[in-house]
Amino acid sequence: MTAHTSPTWAARWRALALSATAVGTALALSACGGARTADAAGGTAAASGGTSCVETDGDTIKIGFLNSLSGTMAISEQTVRDSLDLAAEEINEAGGVLGKQLEVVGEDGASEPTVFAEKAEKLISSDCVAAVFGGWTSSSRKAMLPVFESKNSLLFYPVQYEGLEASPNIFYTGATTNQQIIPGMDYLKEQGKTKVFLVGSDYVFPRTANKIINAYAEANGIEIVGEEYAPLGHTDFATIVNKLKSSGADAVFNTLNGDSNVAFFKEYKNVGLTADAVPVVSVSIAEEEVGGIGVDNIVGQLTAWNYYQTVESPTNEEFVAAFKAKYGDDRPTSDPMEAAYTSLYLWKGMVEKAESFAVADIQEAADGVSFDAPEGTVTVNGDNHHIAKTAYIGKIDADGLIYPVWESDGPIEPDPFLEGYDWAEGLS
Amino acid sequence: MDALFSQLFAGLSLGSVLLLAALGLALTFGQMGVINMAHGEFMMAGAYTAFVLQWFVPDAGVSLLVALPVGFVVGGLLGLLLEVTLISRMYRRPLDTLLVTFGVALVLQQLARDVFGAPNVDVRAPAWLSGAVQVLGMNLPKTRLFILALAIVCVLALSLVLKLTPLGRRIRATVQNRDLAETSGVSTRATDRLTFFVGSGIAGVAGVALTLLGSIGPTLGTNYIVDAFLVVVVGGIGQLKGAVIAAFSLGLLQATFEYSTTASLAKVLLFVVIVAFLQVRPQGLVAVRTRSLA
Repeated sequence: MTAHTSPTWAARWRALALSATAVGTALALSACGGARTADAAGGTAAASGGTSCVETDGDTIKIGFLNSLSGTMAISEQTVRDSLDLAAEEINEAGGVLGKQLEVVGEDGASEPTVFAEKAEKLISSDCVAAVFGGWTSSSRKAMLPVFESKNSLLFYPVQYEGLEASPNIFYTGATTNQQIIPGMDYLKEQGKTKVFLVGSDYVFPRTANKIINAYAEANGIEIVGEEYAPLGHTDFATIVNKLKSSGADAVFNTLNGDSNVAFFKEYKNVGLTADAVPVVSVSIAEEEVGGIGVDNIVGQLTAWNYYQTVESPTNEEFVAAFKAKYGDDRPTSDPMEAAYTSLYLWKGMVEKAESFAVADIQEAADGVSFDAPEGTVTVNGDNHHIAKTAYIGKIDADGLIYPVWESDGPIEPDPFLEGYDWAEGLS
Repeated sequence: MDALFSQLFAGLSLGSVLLLAALGLALTFGQMGVINMAHGEFMMAGAYTAFVLQWFVPDAGVSLLVALPVGFVVGGLLGLLLEVTLISRMYRRPLDTLLVTFGVALVLQQLARDVFGAPNVDVRAPAWLSGAVQVLGMNLPKTRLFILALAIVCVLALSLVLKLTPLGRRIRATVQNRDLAETSGVSTRATDRLTFFVGSGIAGVAGVALTLLGSIGPTLGTNYIVDAFLVVVVGGIGQLKGAVIAAFSLGLLQATFEYSTTASLAKVLLFVVIVAFLQVRPQGLVAVRTRSLA
């Protein structure tokens, strides 16, 4: 073949095929991009000044809700928005905050970290909201963090995450690692499990979590018999489950995200592994996901969270009833929704304690503010802006709901940098 | 040793999944030159067909068996509709078909999201497919054996249709020389439509089968479309044989890489191998000899 002949058909076909593949790959990547991704870096940045334009003279006070209502994260974040709306409605009916009715400005983060940053900027600078509630993926939080710090405004972030972060401008109302991952391991240890297999999606949350689990295991006489990561959106788990089965594991810690869970649990059941013999503890499967995985495939498996719809308390019964009354009986409540609902009440508590909507006053007043949440009593830690939460291990039942089988002795103090654990030294 | 056999089976099983996903494409892309980005969404339609059918047929086993032919028809009709309305206007303009069908794929995904909701749904697996068969100390999951068998049946049926039936002869004639076929009295329009129906129908069947393995949601198709195109390209345009060899080779390679490294790295290694292979053999494993494609 010489260089100057016109391309052969084979070559043209190849070009076409490659472009088709490229478009397809882009599609696949965009479909997977929504899951929690973040880097483990973080730290405390000093709040710089910033002039606030929050209007506090009128009968209303503006707050911002910023969740993905479109894009891949919309499935999850819509539920958070729903519970935020419910909380705002309840607070308004009960007389508002410091006598002012809440005026909600809703924005769509569109599952894009950059959009989250832009909309946060808009909410703070042109809508002049007193605080913003929302975000889900760590990448969205990381993108918003500099905005809230430079504008000196407040973000309430409702989702469990990988820890190793604390900003004076963010209140973290979901679990940090010592309130979810460590209790999960404590439970397995209590059950006499000594050989744990780790399976997770290949991005930062699972890798950070597994780093912590490895350190925990070493300190607690548990052997990690395997550690496998699947690309986000991975749908064939034959090999990973084969490795799992031949590893002799007596328990599995699962940090897979999204669709991969479906394929994983179907395969798990197919090869004859059972929840009784080799239980799986998952940290990203909540009530809404159980149906899509198929109750048959996952019944009896464990999850670690700070809240389930089935938590027995009068406050939770009211919350569940109110949520179902507003959105329908078939809608379950879940941990991130509850954490978002709670975050609005915590902000209210801080404002009322400070008797001010100003950020500095709220930061000052935050420590010790507590709320009788559906999950149990939660209390704000003024040092790291996380909250003390009760940890639950739950078992998935045939009705698709998750029932607690273990709970911590009262709320666990948040420790995002794991400073209170000797074995965790050097992790962050 | 056990692990070796288990992995061998995992590779074969992955190969059969790839083959099911790619078989219809081998017809529509390989034979007709249409880059159908909506092929994955036809699979999704098949999966949702299985989901809907279990409302009406409570027995999971029966409902799965009914879903296979119904999925074929649903996928086929969607393909036919696409062919008649859009693709028929752009034969010999493959890049345009790529863009148009990509748009159709997005529309179908949103449609599924509106009709069935964004979260995944569940199709119950029949009791006779639960658990595993013990062979030489290995556990062979029955669902995967079923899919392997289904893939083989589909390949055999399709090759019989192509080799023995009048439709098959017309398809082959049209592929080899469209103009000559036309002058010999073959209605190439009718042939195009039927080919598209069959190719898309197989996508529907693949979708039904995939309900046994993975998630059933609006993005089901995007999980498989890239792999399906890879199989067809590696296999060589225009030959079923190529698709079969390519699917099983890629499945085995992926399983081997994944076992010895990690799932993420395996994917990368597989792409490296494919790129290197296409440098050496751009026409793929098996290429049809024809004068008419140019």
